Amino acid sequence: MTTPAVSLQGASLSFGNRVLWHDLDLEINPGEFFAVLGPNGSGKTSFLRVLLGLQPLTHGSARINGSSVARGSRDIGYIPQQKSFVSGTPLRARDLVGLGLDGHRWGVRLNGRRHRRRVDELLDLVGASSYAEAPVGLLSGGEQQRLRAAQALATDPKVLLCDEPLLSLDLHHQQAVSALINTQCHEQNSAVVFVTHEINPIIDYVDRVLYLAGGQFRVGAPEDVMTTEVLSDMYNSHVEVIHNEGRIIVVGLPDATTHHHGEED
Amino acid sequence: MDLNEFMNAVFNFEDYSQLLPLVTNSLIAGAVLGLVGGLIGTFVMMRDLAFAVHGIAELSFAGAAFALLIGANVVFGSLLGSVVAAVILGVMGMRARDRNSIIGVIMPFGLGLGILFLSLYEGRSANKFGLLTGQIVSVDTVQLNVMLGCSLFVIVALLAIWRPLTFASADPDLAEARGVPVGKLAIGFMFLLGLAVALSIQIVGALLVLALVITPSAAALRVTASPRLVVGLSVIFALVSVVGGILLALGGRIPISPYVTTISFLIYVVCRLIGARRDKLGRTRRSASPDIAAVKVTAA
Repeated sequence: MTTPAVSLQGASLSFGNRVLWHDLDLEINPGEFFAVLGPNGSGKTSFLRVLLGLQPLTHGSARINGSSVARGSRDIGYIPQQKSFVSGTPLRARDLVGLGLDGHRWGVRLNGRRHRRRVDELLDLVGASSYAEAPVGLLSGGEQQRLRAAQALATDPKVLLCDEPLLSLDLHHQQAVSALINTQCHEQNSAVVFVTHEINPIIDYVDRVLYLAGGQFRVGAPEDVMTTEVLSDMYNSHVEVIHNEGRIIVVGLPDATTHHHGEED
Repeated sequence: MDLNEFMNAVFNFEDYSQLLPLVTNSLIAGAVLGLVGGLIGTFVMMRDLAFAVHGIAELSFAGAAFALLIGANVVFGSLLGSVVAAVILGVMGMRARDRNSIIGVIMPFGLGLGILFLSLYEGRSANKFGLLTGQIVSVDTVQLNVMLGCSLFVIVALLAIWRPLTFASADPDLAEARGVPVGKLAIGFMFLLGLAVALSIQIVGALLVLALVITPSAAALRVTASPRLVVGLSVIFALVSVVGGILLALGGRIPISPYVTTISFLIYVVCRLIGARRDKLGRTRRSASPDIAAVKVTAA
């Protein structure tokens, strides 16, 4: 039996008396593409922060690749939400990727040639070689996000945590970045935990979803969880889920502040 | 004053060979401070701390003025004020918006205290003015040793935290996830910045510190994004400004700071022009590049 890439046992997280999720048991296997969905404030990002070791659980335990979560684990690659670099940032694309490789080490970099070769490999892997020398501040959101992916892959992680990596990217870059993540998932057998409010760009890749809403959660294949019955039950009001040509459209979410593309009634 | 007199006051190179040995200490101090300013300035720019540097300088001025009043060592007074201000800012103002309002509150208070101490002080008035606008030839051997020791400490400490500090400055979220102690580094950096500001004040004065700590790095950032080149250029620019400023100021009867600030300003203007020209060329080159277009197509 293989060690699960991610395992949560009896995990609960609450802030004050607001319970985000309670008694969550979950195992994510190597090579599994796992999506985390739910409205804003349902604890999606907190879920990632728990796995990153930045947010302690209220109850229960969380393990990555068999050992307890810890800050700065080399088993984890992390792609944060897209946030643009200002134009005066004194880093080129290759320097940003280089920081993903050894930015946590003290001192100045000494092993220049080996480092350079590894950075070149990573840039090549994400198709960013053509702008390796460009200042990061001048790159588009999509280009920057590819560099994020290269940073995250720098340590050959067992688990790839992605926090809304497609946000504010155009369609082409959405497809390119999610395909890239899927490749890592299957070719390197990494588990992918993909937090998103929009499942359709990754619907072809997703094995299972965790849907968080109203202090409850459901885990399962997208076609089992993303149904009118399940979501209506979680939201405690009627939500219509339409499956159409491999896409899932959720209509009538009660919370207007969510960024679901579903049209409000 | 006619033009001739003015030129004579500003540029005067009579007796230059006799004067030069007198400022050896200042030149050494200036060179070391150029190095410190150039190194730390890069991070000041990355962390958006220009206003903080100004605030720290005013409190440093208050510390120095107090030392002058009670007859203590001015360098120590200035170091103390500076480090206290920097650490307060580091602890209280992690976010830029909070930080700016705290600086806005602290800065006039520091300046006010400084003016109070100076008006109570009954010594030479040149000393008073020097704290704000800089001084020359005033670096004695004891001061020089203190300054060299502090500078060396700042340089070594900066090199030791260089990579994680770069990471935390450019990309705090990811750095934190990678286990970089982002918060502790921020406070540590503010401590070093406090030291660097207090040292620079000894040469260019509290009001003009930005010319040493910000301008060289800002100029370097206009012409390159390569981290090594930014640091290298920024150090060179700072060195040229301080050492050049001291050498030019030698014969005239004007304090050193206008020379330093003017040289560093001119360097900045030239870099901006080069940067603007390059931006224009660079953009057309980028968009015309066939392989970038090809990558986008295959990605889609």
